[in-house]
Amino acid sequence: MFKIDELKTDTPNVRTVRFKGFLDAVPGQFVMVWVPGVDEFPMSVSYPGDRFGITYQILGDGTKSLSMRRSGDLVGIRGPYGKGFSIDGKKMLVVAGGLGIAPIAPLLEIAKKKRAVVDLVLGARTSKELLFERRAKVAGANVHIATDDGSKGFKGFASALAEELLRKKKYRGIYTCGPEKMIVKVVELASRYKIPVQASLERIMKCGIGICDSCALDGKHVCKDGPVFSLPDLKKLSELGRTKLDLAGRKVPI
Amino acid sequence: MEVCGLRLKNPTMLASGVLDETGKSMLAIAKAGAGAIVTKSIGSEPRDGHANPSVVELEHGLLNAMGLPNPGISAFSGEIKKAKKGGVPIIGSVFGGTEEEIAELAGLMDAAGADAVELNLSCPHAKGYGSELGSSPERVEASCKLAKERSSVPVLAKLTPNTSYIVELAKAAERGGADGVVAINTLKGMAINPEAGLPVLGNRIGGLSGPAIKPVGIRCVYEIYGAVEIPVIGVGGVTTGRDAVEYIMAGASAVQIGTAVWSRGTDVFSLVCKELSSFMEANGYKSVKELLGVAHSGRP
Repeated sequence: MFKIDELKTDTPNVRTVRFKGFLDAVPGQFVMVWVPGVDEFPMSVSYPGDRFGITYQILGDGTKSLSMRRSGDLVGIRGPYGKGFSIDGKKMLVVAGGLGIAPIAPLLEIAKKKRAVVDLVLGARTSKELLFERRAKVAGANVHIATDDGSKGFKGFASALAEELLRKKKYRGIYTCGPEKMIVKVVELASRYKIPVQASLERIMKCGIGICDSCALDGKHVCKDGPVFSLPDLKKLSELGRTKLDLAGRKVPI
Repeated sequence: MEVCGLRLKNPTMLASGVLDETGKSMLAIAKAGAGAIVTKSIGSEPRDGHANPSVVELEHGLLNAMGLPNPGISAFSGEIKKAKKGGVPIIGSVFGGTEEEIAELAGLMDAAGADAVELNLSCPHAKGYGSELGSSPERVEASCKLAKERSSVPVLAKLTPNTSYIVELAKAAERGGADGVVAINTLKGMAINPEAGLPVLGNRIGGLSGPAIKPVGIRCVYEIYGAVEIPVIGVGGVTTGRDAVEYIMAGASAVQIGTAVWSRGTDVFSLVCKELSSFMEANGYKSVKELLGVAHSGRP
């Protein structure tokens, strides 16, 4: 178990927890977070390394309970699990929507070390929900903001802004995380512009270690084969953007 | 080879509960080399399962309390059809609160296209189901008898080791007309996190699987083999070809693999088969049949 070092409010509904301790995780990898007596849930690592951390939206009992803990409280961590992002190429287009910036932010920091040139499209519903904008700038990314309501930057979806960039510039790789409908559009763009793409996906996870089938996606498992998938796998996923499994394993529309 | 009326290309099967809730996952396991696939245990209605944590990783196995999550038989029927494209027998696992419910589900599994049914009379962590019913020889016998009446495919009874008389349960299954018994399900267990001062699993109590329980499984199969005429399918900690050899020598006609999918990946089926073949070759056995039950009287 790890002690909470710091709990921070990022946006009205988003919190970051930093832990006392070290976790070596590749951006995109996740941990299973156990709030004792409440729940255990998967969460991508938003701060790998020393004082590692997660950034999450308050959605259910587990995240609500975690947001009420204090520094010094103990939380169980299993992991890191799954496949993360791998950087190949020096010209990167990164598209993050909403909380999708959480696993992407450490990717930007690694890109800086590798001296890659990064255009980041950072999307949110409103300017109040924009996350890690400063952190992305510190990491040296050219930040392009898109908000659904136009309260800051481009008015519209992040994928539409990404397309504008693709029309003007050449990239060696596209990296994306966020709402699944956005990911589907970014993957379409990537195959249209013939650029390798990596996308971090999300499904309900129970075991986190590739045995229970709750995160099944076309016979692949988000916890083990993912969460980061690349082409050609992404194009073969017929359920992507269409259906997901609920807790009971029923297929429900996205 | 033929086991319980099923044609198998090799003696390994995917055990119920592992990567078998969706048709495409089962298809992937078939492609990875499993001789047959047992589905997630399916009930009459959809069930979310227990609150997380539902799995604890231990040094010699896993402790789990998934709590029988499943989409319900009507939603699951389509998954069987997808899984069957893999060309290996699909064994539909079912659980119920009464003998009547289990038998009805067996009939529905048959109708959905399952090549056999496995009655889950042994899940250790779902109130009112599994071992709560399967600990009674009378109820095991009645479940098998009714399931045989309601379905035309082979019926297998998966038994609980959380009893002092698993042999009696196997005999009861045979009296009820079961075509085979599957032994063992997980052993009831608990893990406590000392810092938290709490059991880790959401359900507190779970089922232990993996290498830790192999000797228990071997002993159960050995005892059952000597007491019934119907085939025994061994399960519990099979990770390598040598583990499969042990089970077969104890009396298992085939083995099921679950937890080793975690430790060795989905390649485990082809790896175990390869290791089993090399053992047989190195020790002069020509067929799996020659290995069957050898430990009871020594090698002829």
